[in-house]
Amino acid sequence: MITLSHFLVVGALLFAFGLVTVATRRNAVGVLMGVELILNGANVNFVAFNHYLGLGISGQVFALFVIVLAAAEAAVGLAIVLAIFQTFKSIDVRTADLMRE
Amino acid sequence: MLATALVVAFVAYMVTQVLRPAALASPVGEPGAMGLPDLLFYLIAAVTVAGAAGVALSRNILYSCLGLLAALLGAGALYVLLSADFVAVTQLLIYIGGVLVLVLFAVMLTNRITEVNVSNASFGLFGGFLLFVAAAPVLLAVAVITPWQAKPPPELAPTTRAIGDAFLSRWLLPFEVASLVLLATLIGAVVIARKEIKADEA
Amino acid sequence: MHETAHELGRIAVTQAGYLWLIPLFPLVGAAINALVGWKLQQLFGKKIVHRIAVLAMFAAFGVAVYAFSELLRLPAEERYLQDTLWNLLTAGRLSVDLAFALDPLSMMMVLVITGIGALIHVFSIGYMADEPSYWRFFSYLNLFVFAMLLLVMGDNFAVMFFGWEGVGLASYLLISFWYTDPEKAKAGMKAFVANRFGDFGFLAGLLLLFWGLGGAWQARPNSGLRNTDYRPTVELRGQERDVGALAPAATAAQAERAAPRIDEVKVGPTMSFRELRDQVVIEATGVKEHLLHSEIWGVSLLALIGILLFVGAMGKSAQLPLYVWLPDAMAGPTPVSALIHAATMVTAGVYMVARLSFLFALSPSAMGWVALIGALTAIFSASIGFFQYDIKKVLAYSTVSQLGFMFIGVGVGAYWAGAYHLLTHAFFKATLFLGSGSVILGCHHEQDMRKMGGLKQHMPITRFTYLAACWAIAGFPWMNGFYSKDEILWKAFGSGHLALFGVPTPWLGPAIYLVGIVAATGTSFYMFRSYYMTFTGAYRGGEGHHDEHNEDPHSAAATAMSALSVKVHASDGAEHLDHGTQGHPAPAPAHALHDAHGHAPAHGLPAAHDDAHAAGDHGHHGGTPHESPWTITLVLSLLALGSFLTLFLGIPAAWTHQAPLLERWLEPALPVEVAFREQPHWLELAFQGIGVLAGAVGWFFAMLLYKDARSTVPAALKARFLGIWTVVYNKYYVDELYALVVLRPSVKVARAASWFDANVIDRLVLLAGSITRLVANVDGAIDKYLVDGAVNALASATMGLGRSLRLLQSGRIQTYLYGALGGALVVVLLNFLIS
Repeated sequence: MITLSHFLVVGALLFAFGLVTVATRRNAVGVLMGVELILNGANVNFVAFNHYLGLGISGQVFALFVIVLAAAEAAVGLAIVLAIFQTFKSIDVRTADLMRE
Repeated sequence: MLATALVVAFVAYMVTQVLRPAALASPVGEPGAMGLPDLLFYLIAAVTVAGAAGVALSRNILYSCLGLLAALLGAGALYVLLSADFVAVTQLLIYIGGVLVLVLFAVMLTNRITEVNVSNASFGLFGGFLLFVAAAPVLLAVAVITPWQAKPPPELAPTTRAIGDAFLSRWLLPFEVASLVLLATLIGAVVIARKEIKADEA
Repeated sequence: MHETAHELGRIAVTQAGYLWLIPLFPLVGAAINALVGWKLQQLFGKKIVHRIAVLAMFAAFGVAVYAFSELLRLPAEERYLQDTLWNLLTAGRLSVDLAFALDPLSMMMVLVITGIGALIHVFSIGYMADEPSYWRFFSYLNLFVFAMLLLVMGDNFAVMFFGWEGVGLASYLLISFWYTDPEKAKAGMKAFVANRFGDFGFLAGLLLLFWGLGGAWQARPNSGLRNTDYRPTVELRGQERDVGALAPAATAAQAERAAPRIDEVKVGPTMSFRELRDQVVIEATGVKEHLLHSEIWGVSLLALIGILLFVGAMGKSAQLPLYVWLPDAMAGPTPVSALIHAATMVTAGVYMVARLSFLFALSPSAMGWVALIGALTAIFSASIGFFQYDIKKVLAYSTVSQLGFMFIGVGVGAYWAGAYHLLTHAFFKATLFLGSGSVILGCHHEQDMRKMGGLKQHMPITRFTYLAACWAIAGFPWMNGFYSKDEILWKAFGSGHLALFGVPTPWLGPAIYLVGIVAATGTSFYMFRSYYMTFTGAYRGGEGHHDEHNEDPHSAAATAMSALSVKVHASDGAEHLDHGTQGHPAPAPAHALHDAHGHAPAHGLPAAHDDAHAAGDHGHHGGTPHESPWTITLVLSLLALGSFLTLFLGIPAAWTHQAPLLERWLEPALPVEVAFREQPHWLELAFQGIGVLAGAVGWFFAMLLYKDARSTVPAALKARFLGIWTVVYNKYYVDELYALVVLRPSVKVARAASWFDANVIDRLVLLAGSITRLVANVDGAIDKYLVDGAVNALASATMGLGRSLRLLQSGRIQTYLYGALGGALVVVLLNFLIS
């Protein structure tokens, strides 16, 4: 019997992996991938809750919004990555540390 | 070293003080017979998690992309299992058809495909592992322990109509704002990318 | 002399609110000249300076004359004007006011001071005309007059003592007026120090009197001074009245109220002369009895008081042994010598004794002591005056001698006679001094009589006034000196109640008389000697000569006292013997005196030395002497006239069968009668004749020896008795004795003290300084290392912390992410912990 918890576990794992990706990847695109994973994990949670807790359609609507915004954010993020690539000639996140003290 | 110690301590604390008593306290249901939906679920879940793991741990960025594809697909499948048809399709269309393609483009544009290293120099994999170990159990614990007030699932019905209604009634404002955001994104992305190219050309 | 047994009562006092003006005018004059005189002199010339000073004097004299007229209007017993300005201090039963009083005695003194003082101010106009510090001179003169007026007009001891000290100060300032000359400065210091000795005695006597009046100690027999139960009890006439332990009176009125009284007469310790006199003189209070029977260490209290007070007089009035300053005081300008050291300051002692006559009269020992010292002084200094060459020194010793006479007078109890001699002396001595000043001026600042001579042709007015004053001092009946001097000597002869140190000495009176007659003869002799040497014969001066000390080629000791070198004059050989009347501009006939010693081998310089000398190697302009300006001669004439006129004040009772004018005038101020022996009337007349004879004898011999400088007898006598001559000429080596006995030990003590100060005390101070430095260094180290170290450490810590915290900001997003997650985890943990 698949309960809510199973889906939540999946979502949690997705989230955790996405976190790790964001934290550890040197490649800027890799970091963005991690962000996508995180968003997805959240989405899974949303839809799972929507399905199992019977709260109308809000969860799915939320998930749709998330998808929309994730797409927008991905677009912008990648544009920025391209811009950084132009400036620093590299997409290693460690090279863009001009904001340090 | 200090970070390691702290994390270990944290985890140990969590496990002993929180998880174990909760696990013991919560009612463990009988593991019933596994039907087809269950098996399907486990399969799809495995694919998703494997894909996510691939994204996180792969040395090659392209392999990460593939892993991302698997994860996204798996998520879509899970949506189907959850009777969210519109969301699932949207996921396929937008995420995989749009975002993933975009990511791939970016990867192609910015990398020499062969040379990519994964680890973050200072923390490295070890740091990532620590993070995983610190974060995942928490979430998992929440997921597992919390006594959710689950309701029986409703009749299977197409959700499109409901979503459409919701978008234009209750969620109207966010809907409009989202469209604005998309507009801004559009312009912004163009501006950012174009500027650099322009400067480069100049 | 006349028997009046009337009961004496308290002095009746008349208030006169203007008395303070008399000392005020000279004070104001002194102040103006002191503060702005130099500027005024610069702007307007010297006229303005002397006008201020003389105006002040005449103003004071005017007020004095007015007071005199008021006194005259009062009946004789009530002649006491008083003016209290304010209360100076009140402490317990002692209350001291700034108060002035004029009774007949002080009135006389005030008239003398302001009158003769004014004349001497006028004299100074001419005499000091060349002086650049003109303003300073007149300022000091006025200051002196102010102080002297305070002295005589003071209603109590405090004001009098203030004036006493003030005249000492003014005397010092004026003697060392030309202070740039160390000799003159030394002379001033000598005067001041000698005066100080006297003042000490004065104070001691005063305090003893004050204490004795207190009645605060029970005079136990054989107890000496130890008094362990000091209770301010007034034990008089058997009445024991405890007036409370030094009742703290805060105001004068309180003190007045709290004072014990017997028959309305305030008794107890007091500073006021009037109250003192009332207590002592009015027998009903019993204070006189009390004092008569008080003793200290077996010595009568009154005798001790009298002697100590007289010590003050010894200093101020130049008696033996404190007279040494007066001859040196001639270093000051001549008007100063005339005013201070002839007419006024030196008579302060006489005034004091006369003022306190009622006290002195109670103690035969004190009286005997005073009279004895006076007599000894008279003859001692008269003898010194015989051989002096400096005209001012002659007059100085004459002054000392005459002061001795005055003290004889007040010593034996003839108080009015002493006061009268004071008055006559003021006139004729001022005349003499001013005359000598005129002579000195006329001879271009020459003071040595051997360089004078024949001035009667050139300075007739001076000559006649000087001669008149010589008559006066010698005691001829057509001038005033005779009357006063004879009265004194007569009374001395007739005093049978004197005592010395408690032992009655009825023979002392006649002995003093003899001494006095001899001194009178001597006085006449040396005064006329000075007259003849100065005015008769031929003028021996060729050039000016600033020679203030005596020339004595024989006295090495004398040269030790004076810084200037001894001028050794050559022996000129026998050819000078007959230089006397030839008017040769050659050195003085004093050289003739040297010849007979035949010290030609020692000083075998040729006669060329005379020429060198005559050539004026002292750089003063030569020329014939001239008469002095009218300011000087007018004053001389007035004073000589005064000398004549004042004789009418003292026409003896033996001639007119009534008391002389002055005696009657002074009677209210001199309440106590001293008993003299009854003498037959013809004896008095005989004594008067003897007095005149003494003067005549002196004159005769002086004329014989010194008129026209013809005689060789002085030279011969000197040659014969050279040893004695030298001793007397060198003032009996008294100054040298002082130097040995007093000055040298003082200097030694001073040196020891200085050594102590430099080595012990200064070392201690330096040690304290070192310790302080050490502490400061330690403090500095603490500050530098500890305090600053702490501050610096804080700063370094902050910087270090900052440096390490900076590392957080790596610019890497992932690091920030880790941070954020870490924070989130912590929150979760906390959540679990808390719940």
